[in-house]
Parts: sequence; C-alpha cells; structure tokens
Amino acid sequence: MGTMNLLFNLTTLIYLLASICYLMAMLGKRPQAARTGRWVLLAGIILHAACFAVRHSTTGGAPVTSLHESLSFFAWCLVLLFLLLDLRFRLSVMGAFAGPLAFLLMLGSAVSPDVVVQLNPMLRSWLFPVHIVFAFFGNAAFALAFGAGVMYLVQDRMLKSKRFTRIYQLLPSLGTLDKVNYTCLSVGFPLMTLGIISGAFWANTAWGAYWSWDPKETWALITWFLYAALLHGRLTIGWRGRKAAIFSIIGFLFLLFTFLGVNLLLDGQHTFEAFAQL
Amino acid sequence: MNIVVVGLSHKTAPVEIREKVAFPPTEMETPLRQMLALPAVAEGVIVSTCNRVELYAVSRTPEAAVIELKRFLADFHQLAADKLSEHLYDLEGKDAIRHVLRVASSLDSMIIGEPQILGQIKTAYGYASEYKTLGLILNRFLHKAFSVAKRVRTETAIASNAVSVSFAAVELARKIFDDLEDKTVMLIGAGEMCELAARHFVNNGVKKVLVTNRTFARAEKLAAEFNGGIAVSFENFREQLHRVDIVLSSTGAPDYVLSAKRVKEIIKLRRHKPMFLIDIAVPRDIDPLANKFDGIYLYDVDDLQGVVQANLKGREKEAAKAEAIIDGEIEQFQRWLTTLEVKPTIVALRRQLDQVRKTELEKTFASLNALGDKERKAIEAMTAAIVNKILHHPTNILKQSQNGGGGDQYVDAVRTLFDLPESTDAQQDEAEPSVDN
Repeated sequence: MGTMNLLFNLTTLIYLLASICYLMAMLGKRPQAARTGRWVLLAGIILHAACFAVRHSTTGGAPVTSLHESLSFFAWCLVLLFLLLDLRFRLSVMGAFAGPLAFLLMLGSAVSPDVVVQLNPMLRSWLFPVHIVFAFFGNAAFALAFGAGVMYLVQDRMLKSKRFTRIYQLLPSLGTLDKVNYTCLSVGFPLMTLGIISGAFWANTAWGAYWSWDPKETWALITWFLYAALLHGRLTIGWRGRKAAIFSIIGFLFLLFTFLGVNLLLDGQHTFEAFAQL
Repeated sequence: MNIVVVGLSHKTAPVEIREKVAFPPTEMETPLRQMLALPAVAEGVIVSTCNRVELYAVSRTPEAAVIELKRFLADFHQLAADKLSEHLYDLEGKDAIRHVLRVASSLDSMIIGEPQILGQIKTAYGYASEYKTLGLILNRFLHKAFSVAKRVRTETAIASNAVSVSFAAVELARKIFDDLEDKTVMLIGAGEMCELAARHFVNNGVKKVLVTNRTFARAEKLAAEFNGGIAVSFENFREQLHRVDIVLSSTGAPDYVLSAKRVKEIIKLRRHKPMFLIDIAVPRDIDPLANKFDGIYLYDVDDLQGVVQANLKGREKEAAKAEAIIDGEIEQFQRWLTTLEVKPTIVALRRQLDQVRKTELEKTFASLNALGDKERKAIEAMTAAIVNKILHHPTNILKQSQNGGGGDQYVDAVRTLFDLPESTDAQQDEAEPSVDN
C-alpha cells in the first residue's frame, strides 16, 4: 500500500510539474519549456504504469473498479495518447491542456475514496478489462479532439477577425488542428465502438442480457451516434474545420456526462457501488 | 582602457553622405592599418554597411582618439572634416559599449530585428583579425557582442513576424494550411505586390501557380516566369477557382471580380476546404462579405498592413526586453574592463599575497608558543620582505606595460595566474578615476 501511494503521489506531482512547464511555454517567455514538459510527462506515465502494476499485484484485479482508480487510469490514457499525438504533429501547445487535465484527474482521483473493490464474482471476466481499456482510450482520444477543437475555434476566430493575441504565435495551423481532429476521431470512434460491443458481451455474461437501457448505456449510445454523425459528415459531405471542431466539443461534453454525470447523478449498473453490491 | 566609437548611420546621415564614407569591402587593409597607426588608437575595427560606417577603437586617451578618428575618416575619403563632423557621433566608455551591443543586436537598425547586421559585424571582425588590428579588448568585446546578439535573438521575439506585406501573407497562409507544398496559388491581375507575394509563396514550397489576366498574353508571360506556371483565360478563371487554395488578386477593375455568392459556390465545390483570399487591389476585387463564410479567410491590403504594423509594434516591445539584456551585459563587460587597469591589479595582487602571508604566519605562530614578541616581529618583518622582493619585479613590469603596448595581456595574465577577484570595494575605489578618464 505504501509503495502504491508513494508512486501515485509522485505521479501526480510529475503531472503538475509537466503542466507548469507547458503553461510556462504558453504564457511565459520560455518556449523551450515545452520540451522539458514532454520528457517530464514521459517520466510521469512510466511511473504511473508502475503504480498500476503494483496495484495489480496487491489487489489482483483491473485497476478500474472505483472512481479513484478510473480517474487515475483515464489520466494515464490521456497522457499516453497526447504524447503519441505530439510525436506525430508536434503539438506542444496542447500540453497546456492535456497536462493540467491529467493533473486534475489525478487530484480528483486522490480525493475519491481509495477503496479496493472486490468485484462481485459474477462480474469477473476477461471482458471487463477489455471493455474498460477500449472505453477509456476512446474517451482519451475524444478529450484530445476536444482540445484540438477549442484551439481550432480560437485560431479561426483570430484569423477571421484579424486581431491576434500572443497565443496566435503558439497555435499550430488550422490545417494541422483539423488533421489532429480527424486522427483523434478515427482512433477514438473504433475504440468507443469496441468498448460498447465488449461491454455488451460482458453484460451478457454478468447479467444475462446484452443491453438493458441502463442510463450509462443510453448516454453512451447517444454519444456514439453523435460521433458517428461527425465521422460520416467528414467522410461524405466534407464536414471539416470549424464544424468538426464544434462537433468534437459538443461530443466531448456528452462524453463527460456519460463518464461522470451518469455515475454521480443517476443510478444504474455502472455506478461503482453497484460493482460491489450486486 | 576605453572603448571608443566614431561613426554615422542612417539616423544621422543621408545616403549621399553614407556612400561617400563607406569602405569598399575588398580594400580593408589600408584603412585598418592607417587607423591602427593613429597615436591614440591601440586596437581598431571598421564596420561599413550601406546603413552605417563605424570605427570601433580601444584607447587610453579617448578624447584624443575621437579627434584622430574623425580626422582619419574625413582625410581617408578626402572630405571636409567640418562638413562631415555634423553627421558623426562619438561615444566612449559605457555608452560606446551599449551602442555596439545595440547595433549587433539589430536594435539600431532601420528595421528593428533585421538579421544582416550581425553578419556584417562578423565580416568586419574577420578583416580586423586578418590584418591584426585587434587586441585583447576588442577581441573579447566583439565576441561579447556576438553572444549578446545571439541571446537577444533567442530570448526575445525581436526577429519573429513578417514586417512586409508580402511576407505577412505567407505567414498567414502558414497559420491556415499545415503544408504549403501541395497548395495552388492563383494570381488575378498583374500587380507588382501580388507578383512578389507569389514569389514568396513559391519560395516557401508552393508548386502550382495559375495566372490570369484580362490580356491573356500578359498572363502567359507572367506564368512563364514561375516554374510550372499556367496561364488561365480571364473569361473562365472562375471555373478554376475551386482548385485554388490561395488567391492573390490585384486587378484594376472598378467592381468586384469575385462576388460573395460566387465564393459561396466555390466553397461548396471545394467541400469546405479552407481558402485564403488576398485582395491587394484598390478598389477591392473581392466582396468583403466573403470573409463571413466558414473556411474563407479574406484579407485586403489594409488588413495586411494592420498585421505588419502589429508585428512592428511587437518588435518594439521585444526591443525593450533586449535593452534589459544588454544592460546586464554592459555591466559584466565593464567589470572585466576595469580589471585590466594596472593600479588596482597591483593592489589586488599585493593584497592576495599579503593575505597568504598572514594566514601562514598565524598558523605558524599558533604552534610556536615559546616565541617572544621580539622574535615574532622579526619573523613578520622577514616574511613581509620576502613578499616585497617577490613582487618587486612583476610590479615594475606591470607599471611599465602601462606605457607600452601589450599591457592588457600582462594584467589579464596576472589576474588569471593569481586568481584575483574581479571586484572588491577597495579595488573599485582605486579603479573609479581611471574609468572616468
């Protein structure tokens, strides 16, 4: 338990450090800080992975049964995808979004009660971790699409109004941001689809029904349709740029509600309490 | 030792004067040698560009050096000294150091932040070191200037952002498109500024250029100037527009050549791929309403001027940061210059050795309790005599070097060999008057 906490706190601290680097690069006068941020973040996910490994060896389960574990795992997915995206597109400005978001997720995780939930035997299946990994990586991709969407709108606004602020210099081109949006979408959508399908199979082994219109399922489906519409629009009628950016932002808001709002506000099989109670 | 600057620049002299005073780069040996031959000048460099001619010198007697340098500049170019001197400025000490650092950092340039000046000073340095008119001080000083200029360039945004309309257009395009290589530019009309902008686009990777003009022959002629340029007839250039990503328009037409409605149709044909429209014509060629559509970025000549103005302002803001960097560096350099003064060096050297003597004496006395006062005094006097004897010859050499050449090297060597501190209070008191000289 001690090592785990130490690793967890250290990871949180490192994400904070990386956030400071990225924010300094964006708001301060030190663009070189973004490079430091990248390495710090890389150290962060390695430590974070070690944290999961230790946790797995003590509890034996997938590290996503409580809100504490889920938020932390989400942070990890987010940072990993961001680093991959940064590798491809050189998007260090986005670090000022991904870094602090990962840090906030870790904080949220830290304040949520760290209970090791013994999964109800009925729910134990290899499908459970598969479902979770797909869903969370999908969510992380959409979170980054959201970030790229916001950046796109800001940049588009400045180019249209011809009034430029300091951030203009740092933002990538509209073309790059649109490519990032598409990349995130084309990675996130299949992951989300697989997440839902694997979830349905898992539900069938656990509850004996593939789909039971539980609130989380319903909201996930709504969100899925939203992203499906965007992907379709992109591929067939040339939805791109501003429209795609706005869609990604709205989609992510739905996703947030599905991920957090449903758990916190509504009841259903996906609440973390339900895992233990069943 | 003092740094002296005598010269003129675009700020003090019109081009008719500047061209008369300029030194041709191929014949730098004679003027450099003549400059070094001036009695008050110990080291010298000549910087000569189309915007400035400046003489940098090191001298023990700055006032005399200024007079000599001014006369040299007039005599060398066979000009009337009194007529030339109204355009000349002269600086010494701290002001001279600041001036050279500012020039090298391009803060004194006609367009702040332009990069050529640093290269020009490096060339000047090259000539001076080739003809051996540099000594310890100017060598170190110019290297300092190069490193300060580099700091200014990397730590401030002084050289970023375009300050010409045609470059501003390319920079904007870089913010819209992720890659210019696969983009197509169309020139409508044949304005000079459009042509220049198109060249910048081609230099920045654009491969495909379409040209249209009311007179097809002119379109063909201009298209031929771009590698792979294609002329399009004015009657149906609108049918080609959906294949074009960047439009540069400057016709003499009294009305819009492109209506907002047409732009909207083009956008649909392009499946909403973004398009950058640059309208340099007055009266304008493209309906300004087109800017409202998603994915259309329309800039007229005022918009581009606005960008340039903002960039220039941005450079001025950055210049303030650069001045702060320079301020810090001046102090550092002056401190070093002060250490080259002979008198404070002798004082510091004496103090250093005396310190060693005293420390060792105390150690010895502490272990020899049996010694009486008389013995102690004798030993003390003996050690002091040793130090004096050792220092006698070096001190003489240092004092003599003050008058002859090469004194700075001795001082610098003594400072390094004995690891003398750069500044102590007493030393500064000693050094102060010589700085004011």
